[in-house]
Amino acid sequence: MSLLRTERLTKHFGETRAVDGVDFIVNEGEFLSLVGTNGAGKTTLVNLISAFLAPDSGRIFIAGRDITYAPVDERIRAGIARSFQLVNLFDDLSVLDNVALAIFAREGKTKRIFALAERDTVVTQEATELLGQFGLAGKAQGLAGGLAQGERKLLDVAVAYALRPKLLFLDEPTSGVSTRDKAQIMDTVSSVVRGGGITAVVIEHDMDVVFKYSDRVVVMHEGRFLADGPPEEIRRNRDVATYLLGTDIDA
Amino acid sequence: MSAPQAPSLVRRAAAAAAVLAALLVVPVVASTYQTQLLTYGLTLAIAALGFNLLLGYSGLLSFGHCAFFGAGAYAVALMMRYLGVTSMELFILGGIAFSAVLAALFGVVCVRHTRIFFAILTLALSQVLWTLAYKFFWITGGTDGLRVPFSKLTLLGGLVGFPGADAFAKFITSYYYYVLAAFCVCVALMWLIVHSPFGKTLQAIRDNETRARFLGVRIWRYRWLAFLVSGIFTGVAGSLWVPLNGLTTPDVLYWPQSGKIVFFAVLGGFRNFTGPIVGAVIFNYLEVYAVAVTEYWQITLGGILIALVTFLPSGVVGSAARLSARLKRRREALP
Repeated sequence: MSLLRTERLTKHFGETRAVDGVDFIVNEGEFLSLVGTNGAGKTTLVNLISAFLAPDSGRIFIAGRDITYAPVDERIRAGIARSFQLVNLFDDLSVLDNVALAIFAREGKTKRIFALAERDTVVTQEATELLGQFGLAGKAQGLAGGLAQGERKLLDVAVAYALRPKLLFLDEPTSGVSTRDKAQIMDTVSSVVRGGGITAVVIEHDMDVVFKYSDRVVVMHEGRFLADGPPEEIRRNRDVATYLLGTDIDA
Repeated sequence: MSAPQAPSLVRRAAAAAAVLAALLVVPVVASTYQTQLLTYGLTLAIAALGFNLLLGYSGLLSFGHCAFFGAGAYAVALMMRYLGVTSMELFILGGIAFSAVLAALFGVVCVRHTRIFFAILTLALSQVLWTLAYKFFWITGGTDGLRVPFSKLTLLGGLVGFPGADAFAKFITSYYYYVLAAFCVCVALMWLIVHSPFGKTLQAIRDNETRARFLGVRIWRYRWLAFLVSGIFTGVAGSLWVPLNGLTTPDVLYWPQSGKIVFFAVLGGFRNFTGPIVGAVIFNYLEVYAVAVTEYWQITLGGILIALVTFLPSGVVGSAARLSARLKRRREALP
């Protein structure tokens, strides 16, 4: 059964059709990559689904429920979480607190005012374990603002993951890091996400990364879907080669 | 560069105990005047503590906190005048109630905005209150204000009163300990609040509002609650301050009073828990002694403010903490 479904989802910015009548389906348990050139509408699509932007028209359903106009907090409770392309962290809080906050939020504990946060051993323990899974255990007590870029990208994913969503959107989890860090980040992210049984949609530019980690690839071009299929099929697709890979197909 | 290691809880508790011990002996070793001065300082410190939940922990600059300080003060004066209340505990409860209602209302208007818009709204609302205190003179006494003589005051449910010839010295000594106890309770409560899941959520909102929203946090509810708590603390400060001053006038509701509370936080350093406390106490001494030394005391304070913002933007406490961390590193670097 499809976990997420959009119907003719549309968002225009003036003359630009960022997302143009898109029917998008995400199946439960898959690791899907959303690819396309800059301006293809990938991030806009994710922004519409995660309530960062409101659509002009169309509908969004999660597990059959219409959430087209639901506010952010309601979509999060419905199981949608996201990370950000430009890392969005709580820089003056510790790495542990960044993840712990997501857990407090998920558990509805953020209104607790007369209790020490660090004394909540259930939350602290879960946060510590999660940081371990993301390879950040050694940095738990340092400030998030003090992490290296690759670690910041991982923590950004970890914060979204800590919400234990059904559907996790990752907007370019490897942008702005070195090629060596890229592989390490994707190895970590894909093993944690798959291990947790979470459905993930990843926006990614690096086609090597896309082909290596995805179950399915959706290619966007000028606000529409150009191709949709398993990695081997996308690799052979002529249209994709023309619009996306350019001469890379022969290389 | 490694992040500075936060002092352990044990060391913090030891430092707090040492400071408390020193504060406990003040009335024994110091003159009545000095004790009185420090009592003023402690009441102002409670106001600063409340204010900083917004500035330091929520990233919201209130320029109208005189409203809550004044609400606390006027609550006491009005209760004494019209209800014949003399018990300080009832006064504090009244101050809490009055400032809470006010903060709850002001909060609804203010917390949907941030930055300069938030600051201007708090300023505007507080000045409405000032106008009311000024114009409704048949209730508030207008510019003459309302008197709250210590001789009418009773502490601890009526157990302690201050009649007789040497009453003033006795009042100051007793009231110092009373304020000190209230101060300790406020510090402990605020410490708990800023280290609670709620307090961490406020800091998360301060650091990154967008991300906090994408954790499912409904931002303005948290800001409103922070505004409410902040207003109540500052209100309690006003209630404790007024018997010491013996009088409340519309001046406590006028915007320079809000400016002073901002000054406390900047002087001590608003990114440290203890910063605003230390700032309030130091400011109180600065003001008193600058007035005594020169007619141009405002220029002195203005100069200090400019120097602070220019050279010590993290305030007295923030700079001291950084200096001690540097000395410690240097000591550790030595063979």
